[in-house]
Amino acid sequence: MHTQTITELAAALRVGTFSSVELTHHYLERIERLDPRLNAFITVVADTALEAAEQADARLRRNTGGPLTGIPIAHKDIFCTRGIRTSCGSRMLDNFVAPYDAGLVERLQAAGAVVLGKTNMDEFAMGSSNETSFYGPAHNPWALNSVPGGSSGGSAAAVAARLCAAATGTDTGGSIRQPAAMCGITGIKPTYGRVSRYGMIAFASSLDQGGPMTRSAADAALLLQAMAGFDPRDSTCVDRAVPDYTASLGEDLHGLRIGLPKEYFGAGLDPGVARSVEQAIAELEGLGAVVREISLPNSPLSVPTYYVVAPAECSSNLARYDGVRFGHRCTEPQDLEDLYKRSRTEGFGAEVKRRIMIGTYVLSAGYYDAYYLKAQRLRHLISEDFRRAFAEVEVIMGPTAPTPAFELGAKTGDPVSMYLSDIYTIAANLAGLPAMSIPVAPVEGKPVGLQIVSDYFTEARLLNIAHRLQQATDWHLATPEGFA
Amino acid sequence: MIWETVIGLEIHAQLATRSKIFSGASTAFGASPNTQACAVDLGLPGVLPVLNREAVRMAVKFGLAVGAEVARRSIFARKNYFYPDLPKGYQISQYELPVVGRGQVEILLEDGSVKAIGITRAHLEEDAGKSLHEDFHGMSGIDLNRAGTPLLEIVSEPDLRSPKEAVAYARKIHQIVRYLGICDGNLQEGSFRMDANISVRPQGQEKLGTRAELKNLNSFRFLERALNYEIERQIDLIETGGQVAQETRLYDPERDETRPMRGKEEANDYRYFPDPDLLPLEIDQAFFEEAAAGLPELPDAKRERFAAEYGLNAYDANLLTASLELAHYFEATASAGADAKLAANWIMGELTAALNREGREITDCPVSAAALGGLIRRIRDETITGKIAKAVFDALWQGEGTADEIIEARGLRQIRDSGAIERIVDEIIAANPGQVADYRAGKDKLFGFFVGQVMRASQGKANPQQVNDLLKAKLAP
Repeated sequence: MHTQTITELAAALRVGTFSSVELTHHYLERIERLDPRLNAFITVVADTALEAAEQADARLRRNTGGPLTGIPIAHKDIFCTRGIRTSCGSRMLDNFVAPYDAGLVERLQAAGAVVLGKTNMDEFAMGSSNETSFYGPAHNPWALNSVPGGSSGGSAAAVAARLCAAATGTDTGGSIRQPAAMCGITGIKPTYGRVSRYGMIAFASSLDQGGPMTRSAADAALLLQAMAGFDPRDSTCVDRAVPDYTASLGEDLHGLRIGLPKEYFGAGLDPGVARSVEQAIAELEGLGAVVREISLPNSPLSVPTYYVVAPAECSSNLARYDGVRFGHRCTEPQDLEDLYKRSRTEGFGAEVKRRIMIGTYVLSAGYYDAYYLKAQRLRHLISEDFRRAFAEVEVIMGPTAPTPAFELGAKTGDPVSMYLSDIYTIAANLAGLPAMSIPVAPVEGKPVGLQIVSDYFTEARLLNIAHRLQQATDWHLATPEGFA
Repeated sequence: MIWETVIGLEIHAQLATRSKIFSGASTAFGASPNTQACAVDLGLPGVLPVLNREAVRMAVKFGLAVGAEVARRSIFARKNYFYPDLPKGYQISQYELPVVGRGQVEILLEDGSVKAIGITRAHLEEDAGKSLHEDFHGMSGIDLNRAGTPLLEIVSEPDLRSPKEAVAYARKIHQIVRYLGICDGNLQEGSFRMDANISVRPQGQEKLGTRAELKNLNSFRFLERALNYEIERQIDLIETGGQVAQETRLYDPERDETRPMRGKEEANDYRYFPDPDLLPLEIDQAFFEEAAAGLPELPDAKRERFAAEYGLNAYDANLLTASLELAHYFEATASAGADAKLAANWIMGELTAALNREGREITDCPVSAAALGGLIRRIRDETITGKIAKAVFDALWQGEGTADEIIEARGLRQIRDSGAIERIVDEIIAANPGQVADYRAGKDKLFGFFVGQVMRASQGKANPQQVNDLLKAKLAP
């Protein structure tokens, strides 16, 4: 059952080949048996999953189900889920049971999905390897001594290991795409404003965007269909019609203009990764696409720009975790200051503290202009690069990450080298553009991702291109050994 | 040395929206602690603010009312600081681009002259909750009902030169927000809060002195007293060789003094930056025009109209337009009583005295404008005398029916039958021969005595003019 895509599972559920309860049992059994090797889940909710599966079966029998009715999925533990602990990978929220569902959670529930549990992640989504999680790192199913990428590492590992049919992720600087690349799955970060951020615990509000992590582009289209749309509870969510993503799959790629930014193929890129990406692009050329080199001259500035903007916003977003109303509170506080200091010292891990400090610094009087304002100007320049590029080409392609998955602990002592893991993904967040990662030829047994970026609200184009490539190739079908 | 005082006010007017500025929770005052705080107000993980359109409309109306430029595009910013009653660890406010820019109001000074006071800006922001330090045995309680209540912070230029000017300005702003219906103006409940920046400098000096910021001024009287205290304190300090510290001071009304606020004295760096959860506030032409069309007649215009339309002097017109309710009451009374001058006199005289006696507001007045108008009609058509009218008013106040019913029931109709009045006059003359003789001998002052006697004998009902005429004729030597 777990080898099938969502389209296949949904068809099987509809005709009664197996029930959602059986399917859910099957995934729960796999989680119980295989997740100890991966640590992909923080919380598994077997009872509520089976209840939801029963209800899904009832709907399927009445023929009132939707495209995702009865499909078992997992949510990144950054999405608030009513009655289920929502930890955000942090000790700070280890005891936090959300009293409400996130907008995206509601939509997937309305579409009939069954929630198996909550997946592991870097603490407050701050990390590129899942190693900052309070619950310990998740492991890459392709190489258990390697990271699954981050921050949505648990979701990526769970989907790659077939512990759920699909999972949700969030992407602030590459947190869907980079782990998708490292775990050999498909992930899409929609246009900023396409998916509601309501109930998605904020890291950097102007960059955060939720999206699907799946086995195929067709599955991603189904999930995004359910997730996307206006939510009046999120002022940055855009009120704009959602196209039929599945209907546009399979459009011809003849004449598709692909831009390859020379800046994405320079120093720092693993030669094996470069070869895999080039091989995939050659496949697309074979499908009729036209390739040309372009330039995104300001792209080398994306990492420094991001590491001003994102920490600035996070330093403010994380101020609410003060031990007063919810979350971790130190024992026996002596006074207010002691309550704040110890609750936050104990509740947050080192990377979160580092970013809060950077963010506090760049917003401080006397430094604001030099850092925050300058970063905002650079952000504008980076967006302008894309605007100019999209006048020439329809999509931009390159590697998702400079290297395949690295070993656990390899970069934990060197934050800057860790930050450079997101060097190709960050710009799309700064510009608010939709971007996707799909698996291409592996390097030494480790998955590699091809990143595709396109213009605002053209997710259908991304999904179509990915789908066409996946029809022509079988890289996305590979299953890690031990998880078949 | 002659000292000049420089004062600027920051007024926080709580906007009278039904729900909060960024959430759907109710803003009603007085509910049990934490019953009117939703997930957004509590700052739970993942919640987001959504701007209340009505709060924006109110801010725009205020901007229009003070002749300010209303920004077609303004920005919400986060003001970051930690405090237990500030759930998110930041307050959503406006910083660099406020919704209301420069404007001005005119205040009436005691000498009758008019002074323009500049308004620097007015911006929208959310209120914090309340920390309660009593009744918790060494701990503090937090009530977040108020968290997220919309505020309009109105900042004046340092144009005020005395506590009296400051009070006149504060009252003017109060009057405007009440006229606009955007704030209930209740000072006790904290709907209208004033902070004052005050400094002193030698007369003629350009450079401003170091200012102190005064907080906790929850009445116009306290505002004036706190400023008076602070002026003396600062002058004393400087004249004895000291220096004024730039600090926040709390006014203690019980001891009538200001003292430094403890605990919050560290220099705060609020790390303002644009709130990424909220888009820039864009006000389009249609919204702007709709707000403009909804503007009521404002105090200055109403005062001028009252003077012109009802023939009132500036003082009366100013008094009767002090509040919208009083102005409405006056207009309704004048129309029911068909005599604006009489209506004005009665409202500012008997009615105000009675209200003050019982500590009531005009909105809570037991005598309706129609009822008072009915009484004035009977004075005007001379059914009753002015003297009797006071008794009828008391009966109206006690709820004994309409003026006509009271006049009938008590037989208070004026006596205009000259035969009847003449009989009384004759009786009084006959009963007081001594006084008659003195009067005729030239003691003119005694005339009043005779009028009084006749009125008393008629129980106040005799037409005073007829009494005068008859007495004059009969007492003539």
